[in-house]
Amino acid sequence: MRFARALTVAALALAVAGCEKKQEPAAAGKQQAAAPAADTILIGHVASLTGEQATFGESTDNAIKLAISEANANGGVKGKKLALKTYDDQGKPEEAAVAATRLIVQDKVAVLLGEVASSRSLAIAPIADTNKVPQISPTSTNPRVTKDGDKTRPYVFRVCFIDPFQGTVMAKFAHENLKLKRVAILRDVGNDYSVGLADYFSAKFKELGGEVVSDQSFKAGDQDFKAQLTAIKNKNPQLIYVPAYYTDVALIGRQARELGFKGPLAGGDGWDSAKLYEIAQGALDGSYFSNHYTHENPDPRVQNFVKKYKDTYGSVPDALAALGYDAALVAIDSMKRATDLTGPAIRDAIEKTKDFHGVAGNITLDENHNAVKSAVVIGIEKNTPKYVTTVEP
Amino acid sequence: MSRVTEFLQHFVNGLSVGTIYALIALGYTMVYGVLKLINFAHGDVYMVGAFSGYYLGIVGGGGEPSFFRAAYVTLGAMIACALLGFVIERFAYRPLRHRARLTALITAIGVSFLLEYGFQLSPWIRTPVQFPPGPSPRFFPPLIDFGGERSIEILGATMPKIDLLGLGVALGLMLVLQFIVYRTRFGTAMRAVSFDPQVAGLMGIPVNRIISWTFMLGSALAAAAGIINASSRPKIEPLFGLISGLKAFVAAVLGGIGSVPGAMAGGLLLGLTEEYVAGYTDSSYRDAIAFTVLILVLLVRPAGLFGRVTVEKV
Repeated sequence: MRFARALTVAALALAVAGCEKKQEPAAAGKQQAAAPAADTILIGHVASLTGEQATFGESTDNAIKLAISEANANGGVKGKKLALKTYDDQGKPEEAAVAATRLIVQDKVAVLLGEVASSRSLAIAPIADTNKVPQISPTSTNPRVTKDGDKTRPYVFRVCFIDPFQGTVMAKFAHENLKLKRVAILRDVGNDYSVGLADYFSAKFKELGGEVVSDQSFKAGDQDFKAQLTAIKNKNPQLIYVPAYYTDVALIGRQARELGFKGPLAGGDGWDSAKLYEIAQGALDGSYFSNHYTHENPDPRVQNFVKKYKDTYGSVPDALAALGYDAALVAIDSMKRATDLTGPAIRDAIEKTKDFHGVAGNITLDENHNAVKSAVVIGIEKNTPKYVTTVEP
Repeated sequence: MSRVTEFLQHFVNGLSVGTIYALIALGYTMVYGVLKLINFAHGDVYMVGAFSGYYLGIVGGGGEPSFFRAAYVTLGAMIACALLGFVIERFAYRPLRHRARLTALITAIGVSFLLEYGFQLSPWIRTPVQFPPGPSPRFFPPLIDFGGERSIEILGATMPKIDLLGLGVALGLMLVLQFIVYRTRFGTAMRAVSFDPQVAGLMGIPVNRIISWTFMLGSALAAAAGIINASSRPKIEPLFGLISGLKAFVAAVLGGIGSVPGAMAGGLLLGLTEEYVAGYTDSSYRDAIAFTVLILVLLVRPAGLFGRVTVEKV
């Protein structure tokens, strides 16, 4: 009896802790809004600067800063300077929603950039829509991000391709280039991005005549994947498709090797981080992932960006950086074209973005507010990424 | 891979997870034994243990993985957590010992939150190590280098050598604990306090000191569990003690809370159940089915596997 009471108390304490967080956006709204100075335009950025996907937020934020300082050096927008305000969401959707509300209501940003991850962009999208502030996601690939049911969200855009295409890319690559017939899938069941990508991959691979011999799942935060990997290994797949983020992927790679799985692993753009190689320590050699861009692209536009980024931050920009840069450029370009700097005017200008030359390909936004672009496949050799091939849509 | 091999492989995997639960569960059970307090901060002491090892590995680990480095990191983390256990008991629980039991329980939850969210703050100290670590995961350095082959094969099932070593250390620690509790004066005093603190005090047993030592012992075991786990599954972050702690608590209840062999059996049983459920059914049902099994066990044996049903004499 005493024990039951103790548990009730524990549950209550947790519930109270949960409620406190939810009240934050309302509290932020009540505070006196500090209007930005008259001669600057404020751009908001919601990013995972810490947490499980910290390198995503860091790369994106670095690249956006670069784009903004370049724009300011070239005279700014409509005679005004640009300024950036970034809030960390620790990689949590609920924190992303709080950050977005704060940027819109309190800081009164003109444009909202972010988030990288689909699950967090999905948390932000309704807020951007209701407040009529345009949101541009650099790399959220889940199709639902720009959708509200069947309707396209008027204020939500992205500068990358979507997962029905990305899943197809790897399915085709596994079937046609690697000539594989039997694959297994290990997906993060609590993550919109991972579940979506796994479904599109699976559907396409079966359509091509291949077989998905095992479809296992894990939850973000799990440390031990051996039960699933043992079950997968027992079905003798030639490849394991792991559409997840780099931390989990690297640990899964290590545990798969510990269990003696020798075949390749494969995944999507969530793999792209320098940390992947640091954690995997060679366990992912021979694996492949689909991505938005490669820094090996000889195009002078790309090489120029790589050089500037390297000079400023001392590291090679990953795809997250490239797309963060592109998202900022599209926002800046649209504000220049917009009739005035209100949300609806900027929104209309973003929607008309056509054949815009970004570092990760040319951007034309379709009626669903998605960019249609080619994808690249990156292979991992000796614990470093190597460009393999480009796949057109 | 044949069916037998797969079964064996799951057994090996489950054993490796189960020993971690067992080591943490021991701390829950011992504290419950002497204080009748469920120390909800115990899972976070386990987390702090892994972080202490991580920091020790950075500052004085000698760089190269070796046996001495492993011993230094493990013992260092155990001492650090023993001190933490002492501080938690001395300043959070002892002042409330004679208040209502709910007060102590809520304090335990408070200490747990303090550790979890305190460790998520951005660093105040930057050299020689960043502390607090902040919410981004960190990766535990390898402590021992096994040369070329990292795993061994037992009847077709592979087991990483680091897991085998972890298993050995864990079992060794459990034997030592068994010896301490049942064969030493301290153990006798501990059991006496557990039986009736007031009478034990009247018999000249220093109750406060025994309780402090119990906390320190439990926390040191949690630190060892943290190191063993992190050596095999190197991702550590401030919230990772939450789920493991909760599961270890369930393992302690399953084995019969207050019983030392019960905590070991409960931990191993929980680890194996989870592994087999995840391996043979849908892995998303892992926790649901594993915990249903536990509820069933408790329905049949309400005091847990090794628990004794006490009849209160009036």
